[in-house]
This record gives sequence, C-alpha cells and structure tokens, in this order.
Amino acid sequence: MSIALKNLPREEPFAPGHSACQGCGPAIVLRMTFKALRPDETAVVAFATGCMEVVSTIYPFTAWRIPFVHLAFENVAAAASGIESALRALERKGLFKSKKKVHVIAFGGDGGTFDIGLQALSGALERGHKFLYICYDNEAYMNTGIQRSGATPFAAWTTTSPVGSKIPGKPQFKKNLVGIAAAHEIPYAATASPAFWADYIRKVRRALDADGPALIHVLCPCPLGWRFDPSMTIDVARLAVETRFFPLYEIENGRKYRITFKVPRPKPIMEYLKLQGRYRHLTRPEYSDLVKRLQEAVDSFYHWLEHMEKATSDL
Amino acid sequence: MTVSSGELKKARIVGLTGDEAVAQAVKQCDVDVISAYPITPQTIIVERLSEFVANGELDAEFVPVESEHSALSVVTASALTGARVFTATSSQGLALMYEILYITSALRTPVVMAIVNRALSAPINIHCDHSDTLGARDSGWIQLYGENVQEAYDLIFQAYKIAENRNVLLPVMVCLDGFTLSHTLERVELIDDQDALSYLPKKLCYPFPINPERPATYGPLALTDFYFEFKVQQAEAMRQALSVIPQAMREYEKISGRHYYFFDAYGLEDADVAVVCLGSASGTMRYIARELRKEGHKVALVKLTVYRPFPTEELVSALEDMKVVIAMDRSLSFGAVGGPLFEDLRSAFYDHEKRPLIGCIVYGLGGRDLTPSDARSIFKYGLEIAKTGMVPERVKFVGVRE
Ligand SMILES: Cc1ncc(C[n+]2csc(CCOP(=O)(O)OP(=O)(O)O)c2C)c(N)n1
Repeated sequence: MSIALKNLPREEPFAPGHSACQGCGPAIVLRMTFKALRPDETAVVAFATGCMEVVSTIYPFTAWRIPFVHLAFENVAAAASGIESALRALERKGLFKSKKKVHVIAFGGDGGTFDIGLQALSGALERGHKFLYICYDNEAYMNTGIQRSGATPFAAWTTTSPVGSKIPGKPQFKKNLVGIAAAHEIPYAATASPAFWADYIRKVRRALDADGPALIHVLCPCPLGWRFDPSMTIDVARLAVETRFFPLYEIENGRKYRITFKVPRPKPIMEYLKLQGRYRHLTRPEYSDLVKRLQEAVDSFYHWLEHMEKATSDL
Repeated sequence: MTVSSGELKKARIVGLTGDEAVAQAVKQCDVDVISAYPITPQTIIVERLSEFVANGELDAEFVPVESEHSALSVVTASALTGARVFTATSSQGLALMYEILYITSALRTPVVMAIVNRALSAPINIHCDHSDTLGARDSGWIQLYGENVQEAYDLIFQAYKIAENRNVLLPVMVCLDGFTLSHTLERVELIDDQDALSYLPKKLCYPFPINPERPATYGPLALTDFYFEFKVQQAEAMRQALSVIPQAMREYEKISGRHYYFFDAYGLEDADVAVVCLGSASGTMRYIARELRKEGHKVALVKLTVYRPFPTEELVSALEDMKVVIAMDRSLSFGAVGGPLFEDLRSAFYDHEKRPLIGCIVYGLGGRDLTPSDARSIFKYGLEIAKTGMVPERVKFVGVRE
C-alpha cells in the first residue's frame, strides 16, 4: 500500500488549539494517526492519563472532534474494551447504528503502557478485542515532570534516575513492548516514528484492518523531557531510527517479523545522544563505557531482528 | 419489604441462592455488557451470568477481565456508550476498584454493581461484614442493602430504575450479605419478564452516549475553575435520588406486589427503643424484637434498605419519639467516634429538637455469627440505656471474646 501526501484526508479530528508544548512529538503523532482513516471510517478514542489527555481536554475546551474518553491512568485498555464491547452489543441489539465504520483507538503514554497499564493491556490483548492500542512513548512520565519509566533507555537522565556520582542515569534497559504485545499472538504489532510518517500511517492502516487487537509503539521525542530544541523533534526521531536505536519493524500474528526501514549503514548512536541534554553526561570520557554498552545493546537487538526477519520470512 | 394484598399475576416461585437470584434479575433486566472478576462469595453471580450468555439466554457481551479494576473500567466505558451494564464483586475486589468508583459516579454512569459483602483483609477472611461497602460510602454511589434473597433479587430491578433516572444518573450498589444470603437457598418470587421490561424499558441508558455523529469529550481535566461545580452537581443528583427512590419503589410494587421504602420498620408505633441495622441481621433482630414485645418490652427494629443517600429526614421523623436508638454497625471506622451507621444517625439528630440517646453496637466482623442471645442482649442494652438515661460505652462490641 502506498501512502501519498495528496491523498491523505484533510479532516483533523485532533484539532489545533490544544496546549501541548512546541515541538511535542506525541501531538504530531496524534494528528498523523487519523490520516489513516478512510472516508467511510471514523473513530472513538480512549486515553490514559498523561500529557496528551491533559493538553487536549482542559474543561470547558476540547481538541477532539471525535468522541474522546478518559477514565484513569492504568486502565485505558479496559476502557477501550468496554467501548468496543458496548458498540458490538448495542449494534447487534439494534440500539446503535453508524453510517461509518467505527474504530476504537486507545492511546497511552509509556508510563501508562509499559508500567501501570501493562496488566489491563495484556488482558485486553488476550481477550481479543478489535481495537488499536497506540503507545506514544516519550520515554518517561512527562506529565508529572520527567520521571523514569520502564521505557526510559539505559543511562538516560530523568528526575528519578538522576546523574549522580554513584549512579549515572538509569541503570536498567528499556522493556521490549512490541515483543510483549507480540507474545499475545495478536494479528499485528509494530514500532513507528513520526519522522517516517508514511510508514506510520501505513502501519495504522494495517492495524485498523487487522482482525483483532493491534498495537503500535511510536517513539515520540519530547523536547522538554529530553532536553533538545523544539525545532529538532523530527530530526531527533529520525536519528533514533538511523542509528538503529529505535528500529522500525512489524510482527504479524506474533510470528512473522519484518523490518520496515532497513538501516544498512547505521550512524553511531552518539549522533543521536549528543542532541539531547538527558544524555549530556555520556559525552564525558569517564562515561564512554556506558556509551559502549548502549551501542552493544543497540547492535545486538538489530542483529537479532535481522535474524528474526530472515527466519520468519517464509511464514 | 412487605407484601401487599392487591391482585397480581401469578408469580413464578423458585428456590434460589442470593447469588443466583441476582444473576436471574440481571438477566431479566436485559443487560448489554457484563464484566466481572471472580471472588468468593460473589463468584456464582458471574458464573451464572456467563452461562446465560453462553446458552444464548441473555444477549450480552461478557467481558472476562483480568482484574476488578478493569471490570469497573469496562462497564463504566460501556455505560458511556449507552449500554445497560452490570458487574459484581466483594471485599478485596471492591477495594481494588476504589479508584474507579469515584470516576464511575462522577461520569454519571448508571452502572449497577452487586456487592456480596465480605470482610477486608488482613487477616484474609471470606465471610460477611460490611467493611467493604461502608468504606465506599463517600464514593458517590447509591447503596441499597437486602435483608434476604427476595430483596436482593428485587433490588436489582429497582437499582436500574433509580440509576437510569435522568435526574439521578448515579451508579448503584446492591449489597447482600456474603454466605448468609449469597449461598443460602430461599424461596423467591420472580417477576414476569415482560413486566421487568415494561418497568425498565430497553433503550440507550446514558443520555449522551458515545457516538461519532455527536462527538463529545468524556472525562476531561477540570481544575480550580470548574471541578467544584461538577462535585456540587453530583451532590444535587444524590439529593434528587431521595425523591426518585421511593417513586421507583412504588412502581416496582405495582409489578411485584412487594412494598419497599428507604427502611422497613417494625414496632415503632409504641416503642421506646429502636435498633437500626443493615442486611441479613434484620431477620434475627426482628424475630427477637417480636419475642421481647410479647414479654412486654417496647422495642422496635428499623432495617435500613437505602444507606446512600442517607434518608436523614425520614429516619429522624420515624425515630424522634424513641428514648433510645441503637445503631448496629457491621464494620469499624478506626479512630472515629463510632461506626459509620452510628455516626450518620447521631449527626442526623444533632439539630433536631427531639433527640433520642444513641448507642453504637459493633457486631459480626469477619462473619462472626449474630446469635439470638446476642440479639437479645442488644435490645436489653437499649432498654438499660432507656432506664438509666445514659449510654455507658461509646462503642459496644457484641459477640467478641473478652
Ligand atoms: C494511579 C495513578 N498514579 C499516578 C498518577 C499520576 N500521573 C498522572 S500522569 C503520570 C505520568 C504519565 O506518564 P506517561 O504514561 O509516560 O505519559 P506522558 O505524561 O509522558 O504523556 C502520572 C505518574 C495517576 N494519575 N494515577
């Protein structure tokens, strides 16, 4: 499927005028998401507590031109399950009719997905609700002021993984969310990046067409939390892919792996790290060891992905 | 509940446990979405409902969630979509839902939840007391308590009627005592399926249901400038419930022949001492009250069916001529003046000119049996207070080892 800019819908279900920061990666991704909808489709969105819910629905205003539901932080997958189940029951019983096909899309930040919301997400994926879960990953709890999450990368600074004389940033590595989702053997799981917009929109499209739950994990740079200039959001996002720091791939039915943007000649990760204040300590010689470990982890994961792609190519 | 004498369709009479009766009522309400998680002694409710769905006896989505937190989240979101929904839990399950309880009520979703009352851990205990639901008394839910299996069954229908009323739109808990009611087989008169649906017409149960053709934002952020107004509207809805509840109960009487009110009073006409309690203890207490009255003691029993909203004025005018009122609490409020029911009652009388002496009994924690002799001692305690004119203990424990 090819995605052409001129064919994208002009509608903006996520309207301008919200109060996200300049250069907010998640806001860009929200807007792009709905470019995947066909004219005969619409969506109901459910949000976990977090920056995007907060900036888009400050009463009495709303940035949403489609139905928006927010219940709490850790239960967005359950909320989406409830909406999807209700629509199915009501339609069957003749109490709900829609001219357009209605998709249910849940959005959670990395905290709401990797950590506190993981149980509800796992339950919803296992039950097989027909919905799309999008994790907008800005690699920390941004809404509460940049605390580390299970998605914060190794050695990164956050306010709860400070760069101290004994512990220089986050000691743990990031969780493999797509791997966790794929282990539920759902029809479709993928990573994505706002710098690769056509790839993202194509993935949303595939996810919406999947016969069952789908999950997309989008890396969304956060100028405030990652400490870079707001004009650089897309550049930072692109470098994450071009250094193989955040590879773009998809997994069908939990089995078949495909790298959707190959990076044959990766740039060194330092190119990506040095743009961001949260990694500033890593430019100091005494931390070269941390950079080395990070580079090794990045190389090893990409290498593994290539193996998986090859090994599952005939599935 | 009392039985009225008017002409009614011949009711179908069956033997059901409390849990089965609740499931039967939920089926007759033609719910659209059920989501629940197993916990003793609630489990049979969900088992029966999943059988009804699996057998095609009930056309509903059954969402077998991974926790109670998700169960309440699912039904709250389903209710926003317009579905008639049901969930059920007990004790630890309700405690796990705590965060969402406030969201369900604040979003004004007409969720009905059966709570099979059970003590809270620790120590872990599966038997009845009311610590679970009384701990949730400030969460903005209406709370109804059944005395027996018939009441548990009847209250489910009335709960939907109240919850879905446009002037109320609040979630309702129907509480029944663990094991004593949930697992005890009793005679139940079923209402007719058609009558059930004429009492609860099938429709979208939320006035502004999620619909992409009429987009709305549910669950926004509201700060210092608007939050307070939302809360005052919830308080107003609770106040409205005070007039909607008796009306829903009267309409239910028309199809069932069974009369409900905020409370059920026995012996108040000439009594000096009234005991007020919730749930299944009422049966034992009423039986003993009858004995004592035969012995010439002027005692009465008030069984409270509606605990939230607290029917303050109605209770005050029913009890104002008592010399003594004893509140029976089956839960503790650690460090408080007394048990929750006691505190509500005593504060209800504070600015009333006629004020009975009010005592607090705490009984039955963790399923400790309330024996007839305990019941007798509670009335005797009240009669003693009436004689001496003083309440000797702020909180008196009954049925506990010394
Ligand atoms: C149960 C609960 N715990 C904590 C919070 C406080 N809280 C609100 S948003 C948030 C962080 C959200 O982080 P993330 O999911 O990564 O989304 P982001 O804010 O980065 O968009 C936290 C900790 C909460 N609302 N609810």
